Formats: sequence, structure tokens, C-alpha cells
Amino acid sequence: MRILSQWLRAYMPTLAVSDRQLADDLTLRGIAVEGVFDLPASDLGATHGSLFDMDITTNRVDAMNHYGIAREAAAIYNVPLLPLDESLPQAKPTSAPRIAIRIEAPDLCGRFTARVLRKVTIAPSAAEVAGRFALLEQKQISNAVDATNFVVQAMGHPTHAFDLDKVEGAIVVRRARDGERLKLLDGTERTLVADDLVVADERKALALAGVMGGWETMITPETKNILVEAAWFDPASVRRSSRRHGLHTDASHRFERGADFAAPPIASAMVCRLILAAGGELEGEMLDVIVPEQAARTLHRPVVQLALHDVTRILGRTEEAHPLDAATIERYLTALGCRMKKSSDAGTLSVELPSWRLDLERDIDLIEEIARLHGYNRFANTLPAFSGSVVELPHASQERTVRRKLLAAGYTETVFSTFCSADDAATFAPQGHSSVPLGNPLSEEAGHLRPSLLPGMLAMLAHNLNHGVDNVRLFEMGTVFHGNTDRVQERPSLAIGATGNILASAHTAARGYSFYDIKGIVEELLAGFSFASLAFAPIENAAAWLHPGRAARIVLDGHTLGYFGQLAEAESTQRKLKQPVFVGELDLALLFRHVLRLPAIQPLSRFPAVTRDFSFIFSDAVRWEQIAASLTALGITAMRPLEALEIFRDAKGKTVPQGSYSLLVRTVFQSQERTLRDEEIQGWAEQVMAALAQLGGVLRDGATAPG
Amino acid sequence: MSQETIPQLTAFDVAALDRSFGELLRSVQQEAARMVSADDREKFRLYWLGRKQGRLKSIGEAWLKTAPVEAKKAIGQRFNQLKEQIEQALDAGSPSVAARAAGRSAGPISDALDITLPGIRPGLGAEHPLIKTLHEVVGIFERMGYSVGIGPEVETDYYNFESLNFPPNHPARDTQDTLVVAGQEKKPLRERLLLRTHTSPVQIRTMEQQPPPLRIVIPGKVHRNDAADATHSPIFHQVEGLCVDTNITFSDLKGTLDHAMKELFGSSVKTRFFPSFFPFTEPSADVQISCIFCSGKGCRKCKHSGWIELLGCGMVDPAVFGFVREKQSAYDPKKISGFAFGMGIDRIAMMKYGISDIGLLYSGDMRFLEQFA
Repeated sequence: MRILSQWLRAYMPTLAVSDRQLADDLTLRGIAVEGVFDLPASDLGATHGSLFDMDITTNRVDAMNHYGIAREAAAIYNVPLLPLDESLPQAKPTSAPRIAIRIEAPDLCGRFTARVLRKVTIAPSAAEVAGRFALLEQKQISNAVDATNFVVQAMGHPTHAFDLDKVEGAIVVRRARDGERLKLLDGTERTLVADDLVVADERKALALAGVMGGWETMITPETKNILVEAAWFDPASVRRSSRRHGLHTDASHRFERGADFAAPPIASAMVCRLILAAGGELEGEMLDVIVPEQAARTLHRPVVQLALHDVTRILGRTEEAHPLDAATIERYLTALGCRMKKSSDAGTLSVELPSWRLDLERDIDLIEEIARLHGYNRFANTLPAFSGSVVELPHASQERTVRRKLLAAGYTETVFSTFCSADDAATFAPQGHSSVPLGNPLSEEAGHLRPSLLPGMLAMLAHNLNHGVDNVRLFEMGTVFHGNTDRVQERPSLAIGATGNILASAHTAARGYSFYDIKGIVEELLAGFSFASLAFAPIENAAAWLHPGRAARIVLDGHTLGYFGQLAEAESTQRKLKQPVFVGELDLALLFRHVLRLPAIQPLSRFPAVTRDFSFIFSDAVRWEQIAASLTALGITAMRPLEALEIFRDAKGKTVPQGSYSLLVRTVFQSQERTLRDEEIQGWAEQVMAALAQLGGVLRDGATAPG
Repeated sequence: MSQETIPQLTAFDVAALDRSFGELLRSVQQEAARMVSADDREKFRLYWLGRKQGRLKSIGEAWLKTAPVEAKKAIGQRFNQLKEQIEQALDAGSPSVAARAAGRSAGPISDALDITLPGIRPGLGAEHPLIKTLHEVVGIFERMGYSVGIGPEVETDYYNFESLNFPPNHPARDTQDTLVVAGQEKKPLRERLLLRTHTSPVQIRTMEQQPPPLRIVIPGKVHRNDAADATHSPIFHQVEGLCVDTNITFSDLKGTLDHAMKELFGSSVKTRFFPSFFPFTEPSADVQISCIFCSGKGCRKCKHSGWIELLGCGMVDPAVFGFVREKQSAYDPKKISGFAFGMGIDRIAMMKYGISDIGLLYSGDMRFLEQFA
């Protein structure tokens, strides 16, 4: 909104501060001046002051005009504010019957005033209006129309001028009839509904009340007689009509935020005086119809009791030595238009609220006004005392462990969109879960709440590959959503995604990221938690997005924690991924049911460890799981965890037959109690070899266990 | 270093061992002090540690042979110790060390590496700037006695709007501003599901669970039906705070946020407060900090104002306590008061790290993210 500093000063002739100071002080009191522009001086060298570009918050409709802002400034600087000029030429008495006004919708129209002007001259606006409109760069139409716009700029109340000769019979303020048609000033023809309020005559609707005037009764150069309407319409009703018809006007903007019930007579007088300046006469006194219930809601609101003690209780200490005393508080409130009533209690103020401040209702509203006018920055910076304890989120330390491990292992954290496409939702939703659609999605690709973090992870991997970043390791911890439109379940989830090489440097050869890398990071993560059993099972028919032979289901204490592995060929092709991609997702809600593992320290053995390696050839059908299980089943207490030291396959089948692989198993024997004897180690080694042979293993030539 | 006779060990008590081993150590040190060249070092090493005729081995075998069983262990340990000392003497006597010590030029080293080549970096992952900033801000308030709370990202209209004193037809409730779950039209307004537009619902949820005094800081992801551009994203992050007690004032709010901003941006940062409007606070304020780029002198980043607007806050509106009182009667606005504040983490992160496009934060782009490693 544009405001002229000179116009403000016209209401406060004693104001001594500069325009810039004024702009700063207004801004710090919530009447925000976004920009101050110097206006060029007139030809005669007279200054025009500054143009303020203002951003008034929606609750302060009273300050969306020059007089309202001047009132704020007068309150800030404690200078007098001149009253608005309501003077009018003497009205010509008339013997003709006065036009009748009927409010048929008293719930939507609280007040309707009308003045009749005869023998007017429609001409361009006079200098007072034209000059200010030029500075504001506001379009001029004619003295009558400009007068209504000028008064809105001056004091904020919207009015309307009808060509009286087009009005047939009485003025009726009523609900529109369903389907009733009305051509508006903007030239559009609207079809109204019963919830629209219209200003009508006996035969037809004349205007969409509080929003826009009608075409038929518009002021034209031929207009001779005018009816000036100044009314008060129900804010909610105006808002509904404005929305319904997509018409946001200066008038609707103000009425829907709550106009001043006391303003219509003043606004009407100002408009009439401006029009009459070009000729014409005022016929009779103002007609004024008031709905008492509406007047009670606005003009005669209950007096607010403000306990002085509450002002300090809420606002605290000021920086000045003197706290906010009763006199200061009274001065602030009075300057805003409040009136102090007699109060029975010295510690309480009885405050009558100004009619133009419908945003003020409660004592806390007054406390805010006091703080605002005093200046927020004049309150001290204090810190409150506190005697409580600080509680972290229940899973904070588990989450930290997961994040720390992933970062340390070279995975970069990401944050991605909460939404995914319906297709992705269907593909990646965990078995037995459905995804939740949005009612007004940002785009079709974002139609569902993500039931899995994987669509996002794949999109990020693809983004990197498409931008020439071939070696990527990422993770995301975020919320996934399951359920339906009645009930949405949220779960924390972890996605891991990787592709390309790891460990490439000038000194080391690159190595492709493999299934065992993603399995390794899953193992590292889980090693931080306590559990009884962990298994990696084939995915079978679940997780169709994974390569069936290079993927695993994580089974933690009998529950499926998630899936990981190489992305299925079909998914990879569909997403145009040019190299193998590895992804996995873990249900963190399930994982976080497991507490972090508390390390239980084993004493370091003082006795030597003896290492025995065994090199065997196995058929591909024999899995490490079986080998480990059969060696563990030997029950050798001195045997420490096994290590698969080396796995070798020979594509040509020369050293190792095709369909088989050579495995180097390392066993380590060590006792906590004593040095092991050669004979017992030899005995165990034989047991191990027998067990491996039992699984079909063949001892490799020349690779006998060292004696 | 000629081959010498092997000294005899006759007594095996601690004192005798101390004496004998002490003598051995002294001769080691004397010999070590005479080392100059690489050749000297090799001779020294062979003399003491040679595998076949090394003096240490010969003496060790001789002494252990004559020692009673109960002393063997102690003697073995002392020999190990002595061996270490000999090795240390060898290392210290290496020509380059000796030369450096003597201030002489080392000359070319045959096994030298090009130490200017890059090292082998293990490749750490990078913390996400948003998560990092979120943790930083939360940490500041934790140190001021705030507990951490979170809440659901899909909320009901009641928690997101109604209980926060938004009137029924407030523009924020429009689907133009808020993303909603499909199929809500037939439900009563307060039960309709939407994506929370701010973290403030967690204020209500927390107060319903917990009587005052309360200090809570709430990080989280929020959504609005906004078109994406360089500074707007439909997805963004907030940190919300709430403090309620019997004596909480507006000046406490000022002091708390002033302190927090100094912690976050440095102690020279100033704050200023000015009136604003939020349905759930009154008085409400916007907070500006002095521009961290130009220290308040005025630059492009602060649009030459010297100030940057950073957060919204205010005293909890009594109407909000009114909603909470249905479940926790202790929230009586005549007896208690509180303040709340909220800030956009994306903007803070962007400011801190000079990020000009908010979209980068949600791109997963390694070229961007690895700069935070």
C-alpha cells in the first residue's frame, strides 16, 4: 500500500521528525514501511515529501489508510491528531418523499446510510484529489468515483456512488435470489446465489454489497443525481462473496477484515463534500438505518477489564528504570482511541474499545498494544529461571549411532521429497501396506505420501549418474507413510544406496561396490545393537525391485527388518541407470526396539593363539552358512570366530573346476586358561577337516594344513 | 665391537638381575653412542641382535640355562625389555635422525616417497547441512534446559489450525496453501488430515501430555502447497520452541532468543524485535538479527538494511491455553504464561553456508553435499 508522508502530516501538523525517522518508528511498532521513496519536488519547488511503500498485517485494517497511520504516529510521538473534516454545505430541505431504505438481511448488513446529491457536475477531480492521486499513481476516473477512492485512501471506509436516476423505488439490502444475474462495474455479468448480499432497488440488484457496484447504476458523464452509500457489511459475508466470484477489491479487502461501524456518516460526508465541490446540492439530511444487534457487536462492545499487574506479568522488565506505570499505559491506550471508564479497583483499568479496532477484544490484546507502542526493543533481555530436567527423544542415541556409523563408512546423508508417484508407491510399499494419496498433490509425480524411501533414493542415484558423478554412497533417514485416507501411520525408515567404485586413489586400484559392501554396512549398523539372532534370508517373492539372486531379507530376532541388494534389472532399465546400483531399506521403528549394545569386555588371553588355515574346494551349492554352522557344531571352545579368508573361482576351470570354488578358512585356537598343546590343536584340525569333507569339500593339493 | 666373553650370572634375586641387566644396558648405550654411518648401524644390529651369533641371544641362552625354573620367567621378561631398548637405540641412531640432530644435510634418501602426492582418504560421508543446522539449533536450546519433542508430519486440522487459534476460514486453511490427504471432504473439519504446515502442532500435543513447567524444542519437516523457486520449497524444516511456567515474560522471550542467536551466529550479533501477527501468540513479534555478512552496515544480502529477518515468536495466546486446558487443567492463563518461537532451518542453513538455491538441499547431489564432508 502506498502512503504519502505529506498526507500523514496534514493530520499531525506539529509532527517534527523526518520522514525516514517516521518510517523507522512506524515499522518498529508493527506498521511496516517497506520502502521510503523521495518524491520529486513540484515545478514551484515545493516538496511533496516521501512515498511510503507499506505492508500492513491483515489484522490491522484500521491502519490501511492515511488517517489510521497518522493515528499510530500521533500515539507514538504523543502529538495531537486533527479530527477528520466532516463539514458539508447546508442541506436543501425537500418536500418530496425521501427514498426508503430497507435492510432485509440484518445479519449481513449492520448499517446503511445514504445521502442524495442533486444537479451534480461530473468532471475530472479537483486539485486536492488529482494532485494526491498523481503522487500515488492512482488512476483518475471522474470526480464522483475518485471521491470514493480518495476517502478510502484518506480514512479507509469504502463507499459507493449510484446514479440515482437509474434507481427504481426504494433501496433494499437483501440476499440475492439463486440464479439472479448482475452486471458489475468491471463489465462482467455474474450469476448470484442466495448467500450473496446485494444492494437492490424494488426491481433489480444494483451492487454486490461490499464488493463491487453494478453496471447499470454506474456514474457516467451524464449523471445528474447521485445516491452516496456508506454502509457496514458483515465481514464473513463479504469474504464469501469475494471468494465465490473471484473479486478482490479495495472495498472487499476492508469489509472482510472488519470495517468501522461508526465510520459511514464521516465517509459519506467526505465523499459528498468532494463531489459538491464541482457543483450541485445536498438534498435533505443523511438517511441512516442501524441494526441494533450489529451495533452491539461493534460499536457497543463490553468494556475490557485490564489488570495492571497482568501487564507486567506478561511483558516483564523494561530497560528504563521506571516500569510501565498506570499513567503511561493510559496514555498509550487513549491515543489509540480507547476510553477509560471509571474503575472500582485502582489496580484495574476499565477500557472502552474504539469502534475501528475490531481486532481488540481481550485484555491480552490491550497488553500487546501497550508493548507495541512502548516499543518492543525497550523491553529488557532476561533469561527465565528453570528447575526442570532435559529429556532427549527416546531414540536419540540409537539414531546418532546409525548416523555416525554411516557417515564414518563414507555414506553421505540426504533429505528428499516426502512424495512419490502412484506407480512408485505401488512398487515400493512394503508387503501388506498401502500408500496414502494426496488430495491436492503438487504434481502427478508427487501424488502419494512415500511408503518407502527407495523411490527417492533411486531418483537421487539417477540424478548423480546423469550429472557425471559415478561413485555414490548415500543414505536418508526419514518418515515413511502407510495406511489409508482415514488413518495414516508414520514410521522412521533408513535407506541406503550406492553405485560405482570405492577406494579409488592414485595409489590404490578402484574396486566396484558390490553386494557384500551393502551387506557389510548393514552388518556394521546392526553390530551396534543388541539382539539374539540375525540372519540374512533369500528375498523369495518379496521386494520385487531387487535382483532375486543378489538380495537379502534381514531377519532380526525373527522379524523382517528390511531388504537390501542389487537393484533388479527391470527397475534399473526403467530408470535408465547405466551401472549396477545397490539399495536397501531398514525399518528403524523395529530396529529402535533393540537397545544399543553395551560392550561386555572379554579379558585378553595371556596365552598364545594358534592359527590353522584350511584350503578346500567346494561345490557352489555349499554355502558359507553351512560351513560355519558345521564347524561351530564341533563345539571346540578354544576355537575363535571363523574367517573366510579367501574365495577363488576359476572361470576356465583349470585350478578349480567350474561349478566349484576354493575356500581358504582360517581358524584360530586360543584358551583363556593355558597354552594349548600341539596334540590337541592337531586333533581339532583333523575334526575341522573331517567336517569340511563331510560337506563335500575336497582338500586342495599341496595345501595341507600346516602341522 | 669384537666378540667378547659371555658374562656369568650367578645370583638370581631381583637386585642381582638389576645389576647384571644394568651393565648390559650400559654397554648397549655406549656402543649406540658411537654409531655414525649406516654401516655402523648394521654392525651394531648384527652384534646385538644377529640371529645366529647375536650377543643378546648368546647371553640369553647362557643365563637361562643356568637359571632356576622360578627365575626363568623374570629373566625372559628382562631380555624382552632389553631387546626393545636395543631396537630403540637402533632407530634413534638411524643416519637421518642422527644427521638431523647434528644439523647436517641428509642427502638423497633412496626409499623416499613423494609426500606431496595426495593421501588415500578413506572417504567419509558428509553430514547434510539441514540436519547439521537442525542439530546445532536444537543443541543450543538443549543447553538452555529445553527437552526435545517431535510430532507427526500428517496432522489433523485440529492440531495444525484449530487449537492454535486459527479461525475457521483463515486463508492458511485453504488447499491453495496446505497440502491435504485425499478424501477428507466428508469428515468434520477438525478431523481432516493434512501435511502439517508448521511444527507448532507439537506445542499443543506436548502441553496436552505434560503440565507446566515446560521447555521444549521441536525440530521437524513441514510442507506447504508452494511453487518451488530458488528460495521456496514445498518441503522445508523448522525448529519450534515453547517455554511455559508461572513467570514467563516477553522480556524472557527477548533474552532467550537474543542468547540463542548469539550462540548460533556469534556473540557480536544483535537482535531486534518488532510487532507481527500470528494467531497463536500475543503479543507476536518478528525477530531480525544484525546482518551477519556486513555486520549491520548494509549489503546486498540484507537489502542494505543492515538487518535480516529470521524468526517469528510471541507470548502464547491465552486462547491456545484454553484449548489445552480441556486435557491439562494446569494451563490456566491467569496463573501461567509462556512464549513460543519458530524458525526456518533451510533459510538459516542457506545463510550460514551461502547456498543460493534451496532445491540443492533436496537434490541428493553429491557435488553439492560432499562439500560438507
